[in-house]
Amino acid sequence: MEGGVLLAAFFFLAAAVAVVPFAQRWGLGSVLGYLAAGVLIGPFGLKLVTNPTDILHFAEFGVVMMLFLIGLELEPAKLWRLRRPIVGLGGAQMLATTAAITSVAYFAGFTWQAGLAVGMALALSSTAIALQTLSERNLLGTAAGQSAFSVLLFQDVSVILILAILPLLAVGTGVIDPEHPIDGDAVAGWIRALTVVGVVAGIVVAGRYLLRPVFRFIAGSGSREIFTAFSLLLVVGIALAMQLIGLSPALGTFLAGVVLANSEYRLALESDIEPFKALLLGLFFISVGMSIQFDLVIEAPLQIALLVAGLIAVKLVLLAILGRVFGLGRDQNLVFTFALAQGGEFAFVLFQFATVEGALTPEQTAPLVVVVALTMAITPLLMLLLERVIQPALASAAPKRPDDEMEPQDNPVIIIGYGRFGQIIGRFLHAYGIESTVLDNDPDHVEVLRRFGSSVFYGDATRIDLLESAGGDRAKLIVIAIDDVDKTVEAAGAISERFPKAKILARARNRQEVYRLMDAGVHALRRETFDSALSLAGEAMTMLGAHPYTVRRNMRLFADHDEQALAKGYEVQHDMESQASLARQMRDELAGIMQSDGADEVDDDDRHQGWGGD
Amino acid sequence: MATVQIIYAHPDPAASRVNKTMVAAVDGAPGIAVHDLYAAYPDFYVDVGREKALLAAADIVVLQHPLYWYSAPALMKEWIDRVLERGWAYGKGGTALQGKKMLSAISAGGPPGAYEAEGYNKYSIDEFLRPFERTAVLCGMDWLPPFVFQGAYGTDDTKVSDHGQGYRAHLIQLQGEGE
Repeated sequence: MEGGVLLAAFFFLAAAVAVVPFAQRWGLGSVLGYLAAGVLIGPFGLKLVTNPTDILHFAEFGVVMMLFLIGLELEPAKLWRLRRPIVGLGGAQMLATTAAITSVAYFAGFTWQAGLAVGMALALSSTAIALQTLSERNLLGTAAGQSAFSVLLFQDVSVILILAILPLLAVGTGVIDPEHPIDGDAVAGWIRALTVVGVVAGIVVAGRYLLRPVFRFIAGSGSREIFTAFSLLLVVGIALAMQLIGLSPALGTFLAGVVLANSEYRLALESDIEPFKALLLGLFFISVGMSIQFDLVIEAPLQIALLVAGLIAVKLVLLAILGRVFGLGRDQNLVFTFALAQGGEFAFVLFQFATVEGALTPEQTAPLVVVVALTMAITPLLMLLLERVIQPALASAAPKRPDDEMEPQDNPVIIIGYGRFGQIIGRFLHAYGIESTVLDNDPDHVEVLRRFGSSVFYGDATRIDLLESAGGDRAKLIVIAIDDVDKTVEAAGAISERFPKAKILARARNRQEVYRLMDAGVHALRRETFDSALSLAGEAMTMLGAHPYTVRRNMRLFADHDEQALAKGYEVQHDMESQASLARQMRDELAGIMQSDGADEVDDDDRHQGWGGD
Repeated sequence: MATVQIIYAHPDPAASRVNKTMVAAVDGAPGIAVHDLYAAYPDFYVDVGREKALLAAADIVVLQHPLYWYSAPALMKEWIDRVLERGWAYGKGGTALQGKKMLSAISAGGPPGAYEAEGYNKYSIDEFLRPFERTAVLCGMDWLPPFVFQGAYGTDDTKVSDHGQGYRAHLIQLQGEGE
């Protein structure tokens, strides 16, 4: 058995490694890659792994972690701003889609109860697929992304309600499943409600007042892996507690995330959980790919195809209408609509639960499970269709794209990297009353700065979603002051692409770096040692007896000349020979100017002899 | 003995003859201090507090500079703009300089005849120095007759060095009068 687990893990990892990079390279996105990998190793592919549902259950934890991470990036204030789309748009989507699918099912011969069960389960979209697809394209921060997120959040809350309603829809006798702890007993309803309130309040209070000292204690111990272990423990613990009281673990961890969003450990938590989430989510997508029962597809290909097309069509139409009603621009609405036009992973759970409770029969749910899995697999393809065909066609028809809707201004400046360099910039701006949002990737450093009251966050600057939450789309300036050149270049490239309105300021160490940063779209550059070296050079000349004012002017002359040389060198940067000859030429030229400048002034008292008469 | 503070403005003293000689001549004279503005503030950022202290300690303030475009080099003007603050040097409560003496020590390129009504420049040096005179008077200072070197262009070394010695003697004499 041990070997079996290792072997399965080997196949999962091998399939992911073999398929996903290609999917990424071809621009198909990682989700589609994972799904394909799942199909490849699954029961209908190479038959390397045969128990997809077990793995699916395990891998669903990836979704839980994803919601925790999303919660972390969503401060309570921001969540409150989203209340209208969450309740309004989310509620409308659930009601309209449930109604539409229920009536279709009813006319297809289901009882209204079974129809409603199907309608509610299919109205849900896939949080995992939709959010991953959006975040892969850096679309989470846009109006479309925010709306999609709001709808998905409302759906997660709805699951609780659906779980309560499903037993009431039972017409036949349910299949007894002793493993399932959830029961819809109405008598204990108020006790359960109380428990729920208690646990939720517990999470909020503990997150506010208890977790920070604990985090500080653990961070202070200096062992990174214990911090990671505690992060995981937190997520697993909350998920377990939520399961115990019959709430969605994803929702619970989301809540915990929101509570911790204001803490200084937010970004450290994110970077710790992120790899686990990414792997588990990958595993989740693989198991979705594996669980597609192709034998059912082969048995009734037309019926399945019709159901898949029908489900997607109903969702597309309703989402498009709602997006429009809720004020999304055309392009944003398209993204929103295409991102959510699929069945969700909760449908698997709900179908199973409905079967247990007797609301649906296994014969009814089997093809629907396949349909949901297929729609999930099709979503990335739909997004590709949108990106490659629909949007270009629309863009050529009407080239002007409306601006993304903006949220209220936060700090106008973001400083990435708050070492000695970044701090000087931050302090100078602060003296002007301009506050900066600061990101730094040294936890100890962040801890100290926080104590001085700066709004400093721990985080890896190259993560664009992090900059998103730092207010990248509203910032006037983004200052990159980190040591690592590769990261600076990477961050600059991503920023100029994602936040074209922000001016980027960066430092470089040498010419080559200057050129790389120019290519990456940096607006203002300083070589970090240049100014201090030149300043000391000026001091040296003064000590040698040159007059301070002349030295000052020559420093400026030197700097300007060097800037020119830099610009000229940019053109020949890949040609060593031209570079060397340019350097020689510029050096001689400079010496010529600086030495003649002094020599020209024979007698300064006489310089303006024109004033003195003939 | 009255103290003399020379406020000296020359953008490139090394290239100067007359002013360099004048500064060298007063070097070491008791109670006479030279403050080279272009050396102290090469970036034009004048330390107002320090300048005020220098002025407050002096009985006689000398503004020494070549005549550029009928006026002082730019940093001298910046110095006047920044240091002679309202409420300190003039205006309500601005009494810090009252009773002190001010002397302009100027070098001009043209020969003596150029600065006359019939000459090349149409006006006398005194007339060109009116803004400085008014500045001094507004600050409650006694405006002394300017100490001028004319004809720096083409002049010989003896004349320049004589002027330096004359400058020293003139300042020492003023010190005595200030007693």
